[in-house]
Amino acid sequence: MLAVNDVHKAFGATRALNGVTLEVAAGQVLALLGENGAGKSTLMNVVAGGLRPDAGDVHINNHKVHFRSAAEARSGGVALIHQELLLCPALTVQENLLLGIETSTAGFLNAQDNHQRAVHLLNQFSHLALRPNQRVSDLPVAARQIVEIARALAANASVLLMDEPTSSLGTEDAKHLHTLIRELSGQGRAIVYISHFLEEVRRVATHYCVLRDGRSVGQGELQSADDAHLVAQMVGRDVTQLFPTRAAVRGLVAVQAKGIATDNGLHEATLEAHAGEILGIAGLMGSGRTELMRALYGLDVIVHGQVTDGAGHGLTHASVGEHMAAGFGFVSEDRKGEGLALNLSIVDNITLSSLRRLTRRGFLSLRRQRDETTANMRHFGVKARSPEQPVGHLSGGNQQKVALARLAQQGATVWLLDEPTRGVDIGSKVQIYEAMANAAINGAAVIMTSSYLPELLGVCDRIGVMCKGRLVQVRDTKDFTAAQILNAALGADASERASS
Amino acid sequence: MSENTGSSAALSWQRWKSRLGPVLALVVVVLAFAVLTGAPERYLSVHNLRVVLAQTVTVAVAALGMTMIVITGGIDLSVGSVIALAGVAAARVLHAGASPWLAIGAALAMGALVGLVNAAAITRLKVIPFVATLGTLGAARGIAKWMANEQTVDIPATWLNELAVTVPLNAAWLVAPGVWLAALLSLGVFVILKRTVFGRHLFAVGSNEAAARACGLSPERLKLAVYSFAGALFGLSGLLQMSRLRQGDPTVAAGVELDVIAAVVIGGASLSGGQGGVAGSLIGALLMAFLRNGSQQMGWPTYVQETMIGVIIVLAVAIDRFRARRA
Repeated sequence: MLAVNDVHKAFGATRALNGVTLEVAAGQVLALLGENGAGKSTLMNVVAGGLRPDAGDVHINNHKVHFRSAAEARSGGVALIHQELLLCPALTVQENLLLGIETSTAGFLNAQDNHQRAVHLLNQFSHLALRPNQRVSDLPVAARQIVEIARALAANASVLLMDEPTSSLGTEDAKHLHTLIRELSGQGRAIVYISHFLEEVRRVATHYCVLRDGRSVGQGELQSADDAHLVAQMVGRDVTQLFPTRAAVRGLVAVQAKGIATDNGLHEATLEAHAGEILGIAGLMGSGRTELMRALYGLDVIVHGQVTDGAGHGLTHASVGEHMAAGFGFVSEDRKGEGLALNLSIVDNITLSSLRRLTRRGFLSLRRQRDETTANMRHFGVKARSPEQPVGHLSGGNQQKVALARLAQQGATVWLLDEPTRGVDIGSKVQIYEAMANAAINGAAVIMTSSYLPELLGVCDRIGVMCKGRLVQVRDTKDFTAAQILNAALGADASERASS
Repeated sequence: MSENTGSSAALSWQRWKSRLGPVLALVVVVLAFAVLTGAPERYLSVHNLRVVLAQTVTVAVAALGMTMIVITGGIDLSVGSVIALAGVAAARVLHAGASPWLAIGAALAMGALVGLVNAAAITRLKVIPFVATLGTLGAARGIAKWMANEQTVDIPATWLNELAVTVPLNAAWLVAPGVWLAALLSLGVFVILKRTVFGRHLFAVGSNEAAARACGLSPERLKLAVYSFAGALFGLSGLLQMSRLRQGDPTVAAGVELDVIAAVVIGGASLSGGQGGVAGSLIGALLMAFLRNGSQQMGWPTYVQETMIGVIIVLAVAIDRFRARRA
């Protein structure tokens, strides 16, 4: 159905694609694997008409195609479902579905006809109650995803390209999406599925293709390839150890929370984190993990309970500034929204929270700012052309390293990391784990949340589980199995059964 | 203003409620002045309504064009200068003894031309609309002065002079022909925005340009069309202004762009795009006209009007934001 033949694409001196060949038959789901920067998104754009290849060609249904625009690709039966959903929030579901392919007479919309087309499309997605006249801005993320997929079907796409479609979905919604993908491939469509999660890929894909440095380096049936083999192909070497080992040294209490609650979804959490340890917070999306982190940092108002620092000073109602003075540092899950200033340089981002320390008689010492940044960039393995490069130009993994480097730069002793490895490739993940381990070895207390259980089990000394706004269990990692954590996260009943 | 059929009652009621805000503000202003002036029969008299309508017609016509531009996420600061330029161009044509129809054509073409220049700067040179139209604000004003030799251009008496008078010559018209023209255009723009593919695509581009592009729309072509069309409306507004003054004045309408933008914003349009409507913008224009008229009748100094209008603009948008947060 879709065949890509030795495609090359360069941007200036950078070779984004350097010989990619792959094939997807009707009814197949191909997992496109590779680290960030391996060329997955570039490849998708080439297939979907957003970019023209320098060499090589793309075939759809055994016909060579030269899409010059997204519109041509769309009418040629190719639809790209973007990672950051491309919908018009101010328009209705129906308008989004039929955008660009509305039925009209002399420029006037045929309301009746368009409505029927929209209803017909939405009827294929029975599990979500979507109405054509709802505004997209009123819909939850999962429903928006469905709208974007339905839009691809509206144009009769026979080849669906999905770029990390589950990155903003909860577990339930992701399951529904996977069922849907299997249905769509069952109807004879060819699907390319990009994801960082190997387990997820195995749930939905039949075949795989690994990209590394713009080249397709391996492909085949997923069943006959084990994880170690896939990861080795992705990073180009054997990853003997994904998670760093270190001797857990549990020091003094660095932060203590007693029965804290906020009025935005955190109902009850009691925990203490010690210097030198990494404490993981597990839980489903919407379980209150993010709210817990924000409350600990003073971003959300605590309405019950109290928080104290290592010396026993109260921090319950302290501002963010006071938390920072007490050694707290926070990395938001929303990197683009509130984590980094994307159009500012790496230097400015890393030193953003420690500028006062870098001044002399009120003036900023640019040399010290740059020197300390360079040291931190090296330490955290930030790959960039120069410290002056805007952070927005970096890959997701490197952006996240910049966010972590800022905590080191400000000398934080309590690291609050909300989903620090979300949307980050495996190579960067390893570096982020190492940075967290180093921080702990240097005496910091690290608290991290994650949706990814293997990571929590591999990195953390202790794990707390959140369920419906409550921190229900905190145990040493060695006393937890993945199943127990999941049970606890799903509801108190199941966890009680498991522990009794 | 009919909603699409099939939407749930609760949802459409909410949307109605958000549209009711400006209407309510208008009613409050009108009633307040009716009481304050102590002579409601005079303030609400047919004559005074004619005065208000004749005064607001230039802003209202320009606001139609501005609404379309703002919906795409853009802005046009050159309105005031285009009004002057189009007025001078039409006056020169009349002064030379040509037909009024040619003068109308000159005003529309001049406006559309500036709009086209704006759109070219925005889509080809990638200058943001604020800066591109800030440039034409200066340039169009300069060209108007050059065209008029830095003087006003007198025009011979033609039927064009009756376009925007307060009391129409033919009593059967009730209000000036220009007001009827504005009403007709409003209906036209309303239908374009609600019922045509072009109109819905304007909302799509303003709401998410990348999404529109991914669906095969050409934001560049749409912007070219919308700035030119709006420019022609600004040109028409300039013609009405000239008709009212009975001369082409290159210094007229300085700062009117802010009134026009204020009308659109008070009417519920979002400057970040994707939102806005004809009804709201017209109400916004009327609100400011009634406020001005009332203050004049009260004998208040102009600074009182200016301050009040400033406060109302910020309040209108703040209330809108507040509602959006709660919803």
